Amino acid sequence: MPILTVSNLHKTYDSVHAVDDVSFSADSGELLCLLGPSGCGKSTMLRLLAGLDEPDSGTMTFEGRNLNGLATQERGFGLMFQDLALFPHMDVFGNVAFGLRMQKLPSVEVSVKVHELLDLVEMRSYAHRKVHELSGGERQRVALARSLAPAPKLLMLDEPLSSLDRVLREGLQSQVRRILKEIGVTSIYVTHDRDEAFTMADRLIFMNQGQIIQTGTPEEAIANPADGFVASTLGFKNVLKATISKSGEYLKVKSPIGTIIAAQTEDLPVYPAYESIFLIPEDGISVSVAESSNKSPENSFQGLITERVFRGNRYELRVLIGDGELYCHTSASATNKVGGHVTLTVDPNSIQFLSGQV
Amino acid sequence: MTAGRLLLLVPLAYLAIFFAYPLGSILERSLGGDSGFGFDPFRVLLSDSYYLGRIWFTIWQAVVSTLLTLAVGLPVAFLFAKYEFPGKTLLKALSTLPFVMPTIVVAMGFTALFGSQGIINSVLMSTFGMDEPPVRISNSLTIIFMAHAFYNYAIIVRIVSALWSNLDPSLEQSAKVLGAGPIRTFYHVTLPMLLPAIISGSLLAFAFSFTSFAVVLVLGGPEFATLEVAIYELTAKLFRLPLAGALAIVQLGFTYLFLVLYARFQEQSVVRMDLKPRDATTHHATRWKDKIFVVGMILILLAMLSPLIALVVRWFTIEGGFGTTQMANLFGSDSRGSYFHLSPVKIIWNSLRFALTTVFISLVIGTIISYCITNARRKWRTYADALVMLPLGVSAVTLGFGYIIALGRPPLDLRGSWLILVIAHSLVAYPFVIRSLLPVLKGMNPNLREGAAVLGATPTKIFMLVELPLIAPALLVGATFAFAVSMGEFGASLILVRAEFTTMPVAIFRFLGLPGAANLSMALGMSCLLMAVVSVGFIAIERFRYKGVGGF
Repeated sequence: MPILTVSNLHKTYDSVHAVDDVSFSADSGELLCLLGPSGCGKSTMLRLLAGLDEPDSGTMTFEGRNLNGLATQERGFGLMFQDLALFPHMDVFGNVAFGLRMQKLPSVEVSVKVHELLDLVEMRSYAHRKVHELSGGERQRVALARSLAPAPKLLMLDEPLSSLDRVLREGLQSQVRRILKEIGVTSIYVTHDRDEAFTMADRLIFMNQGQIIQTGTPEEAIANPADGFVASTLGFKNVLKATISKSGEYLKVKSPIGTIIAAQTEDLPVYPAYESIFLIPEDGISVSVAESSNKSPENSFQGLITERVFRGNRYELRVLIGDGELYCHTSASATNKVGGHVTLTVDPNSIQFLSGQV
Repeated sequence: MTAGRLLLLVPLAYLAIFFAYPLGSILERSLGGDSGFGFDPFRVLLSDSYYLGRIWFTIWQAVVSTLLTLAVGLPVAFLFAKYEFPGKTLLKALSTLPFVMPTIVVAMGFTALFGSQGIINSVLMSTFGMDEPPVRISNSLTIIFMAHAFYNYAIIVRIVSALWSNLDPSLEQSAKVLGAGPIRTFYHVTLPMLLPAIISGSLLAFAFSFTSFAVVLVLGGPEFATLEVAIYELTAKLFRLPLAGALAIVQLGFTYLFLVLYARFQEQSVVRMDLKPRDATTHHATRWKDKIFVVGMILILLAMLSPLIALVVRWFTIEGGFGTTQMANLFGSDSRGSYFHLSPVKIIWNSLRFALTTVFISLVIGTIISYCITNARRKWRTYADALVMLPLGVSAVTLGFGYIIALGRPPLDLRGSWLILVIAHSLVAYPFVIRSLLPVLKGMNPNLREGAAVLGATPTKIFMLVELPLIAPALLVGATFAFAVSMGEFGASLILVRAEFTTMPVAIFRFLGLPGAANLSMALGMSCLLMAVVSVGFIAIERFRYKGVGGF
């Protein structure tokens, strides 16, 4: 039985469909990630849930109670803004205590709880610092403590870590997840960053142009991206257009890099020939030194290296083939150079066919 | 939202009853005549080169005065925004004094300083053995411009330094890192961010110069007349009421035009910025360069204040005696020492309580209107903004006449009540609250409000706990001006109040009207007292800012 249910939600701003027929649900204690590019409607979704905006149509229920029309301050939810919106005229203590004071708790209790929360985010000694004296990461943790203080039943976080540098961000990601799981609060976390979503989420919701494209665990999404948008959001770089036809037990995939033979998949409708998109995971491509022989074996393509980026344990290559290009990996000891030639071999079993257009 | 709409009715009713209705009554009187409302006065006006000349003169002298005011006000604003130094609070309070002084007092001060027998000429003549006074600026345009700048520079200082002291210094620092020198940093980064405040201040300075009356009449002499002076002459000397009414409408029309243009410009120049608490932006002058600047600016400021200092000097030196006799005169129990059996203490108390009530009314009305304008739809905003600023285009004297005509008869008879005076003052004062509040409201991060709502705060709580502390500095600026406007206002006070409600400027005027050195001493003494009371008031407000708001 889900604790939060959103059905057929619509919201239009100046004739732009910010949220377009969105339905999803969350279980108690679940950590959902809304994943999508900026402007895809994920922030609007949070504003609707928080009651900062009213939907044009559709319903939202929480614990069986209809949220539509309920004032923000009566929902008992938490929302952490992207810019944090810490009150600049209060110190750390005042910020964290704000929600508790709104619940009219006695001041002793407020003080105890604030210190508990500051302990939780490891900011205890900062209680009487001014907001402008804090570093970015410290502010983030104060904002989290402030959101958690009134014990919200649903916590929404709107790209709360996006302004931080990578090292700090990755440290805070696991810290935030640990804290949220420790408290057991149902949470919706908005981000456009795949790695952050993988770190945080129990379940992912992919949004694009106001609509939900796919829902599922990170593993499910990686194994089976719904379309080109999800695939590129997940970081797949080799998403290509193709005309597909049947060739015996195999499929013949005519793409900009040449014709590829792919393994037959059961859920693929088999027409004589049709347009589709497909992806080749970078792990499905093996790299070998270019051979000068004209006759290349099946699924092998010769190409020109246009980019080579060192990734610590491997190199990432960008290879120009025919009218298209592929990204692939080589080991850290490989000696390829930009401008050199390589032969790429695609594993027919690794190819995944996607629905929708590129 | 409906509660917000209802709240809007308060200022609307207030403006309708206390602004539109009295003004309409004057116009009905002057233009209505026996044959009904007509356009003849306008035709006369537009075909008379004298009055067209007055319109042109009024506009260009206001422009020049405003530019001069800016040139004086901006460096002082910088001083107060960026530096901490001993005696800052006192100096800041003193620097706002000119704005409060009744015109007659300022005229006295200017004459005492620049007149042919004034301090400057006496010193120059005795030093260089000259026979003729070398500085001759009485009855000239120069002294009008000087007086306008003297009066209004405090507006620029207050409004601009309030924003300047909260600007994030890292913005200027990043411009410097990007290779901009101090001048380019100011021009490309600081100035654009300060622009809303600068324009706000300039508008107020412009409005006061545009409707300038007493300065032009007393200091400028007969050949210079602004529209306001022309209206006064038509009304009081030539008794051509229809023409005066038409001229008043023309003046109001121009004011509205300027206000709309201003509001348009303001709308474009508003940038949302993160404001920093003051203690993060000011610093003590430690480098030599800074020290020289601070000391130099303080000297310039004292020079600015010299007309007022001249008054104090004159009070102490008049009749050759020293201050104690003057004091004894002022507070003496003999019949000369009390004015209509009112003790100076009672007069001070009158001024103070009127001023405090004016502050209260202006803050309430100004805050409600500012919120309504901030939340209004874009296309209405500029017109509404201009409309609510319209009282700036009407002098307190005109307003006073309107009250006598409209509010001295049923259904609303307020004659004899001191409320009528406070209402007149608040109409002149609340535009200051709006001008200092609007930039802050527009610049406020809406997420703060929403964040508080999500944390369970009701709209009332949000206002009290989040918005009020953040707009408090702007409210204090507004309050300072409301206080100053009421303490120094003279025209409406003279027309409207009964003897028992005499205020300090009115008392000064009455003493000046009586012959004899003792009465002049009285007038000078009351002027000095007014300066002292207002300074104390300003310092109290400043203290309140530091205690209550933590310098934010």
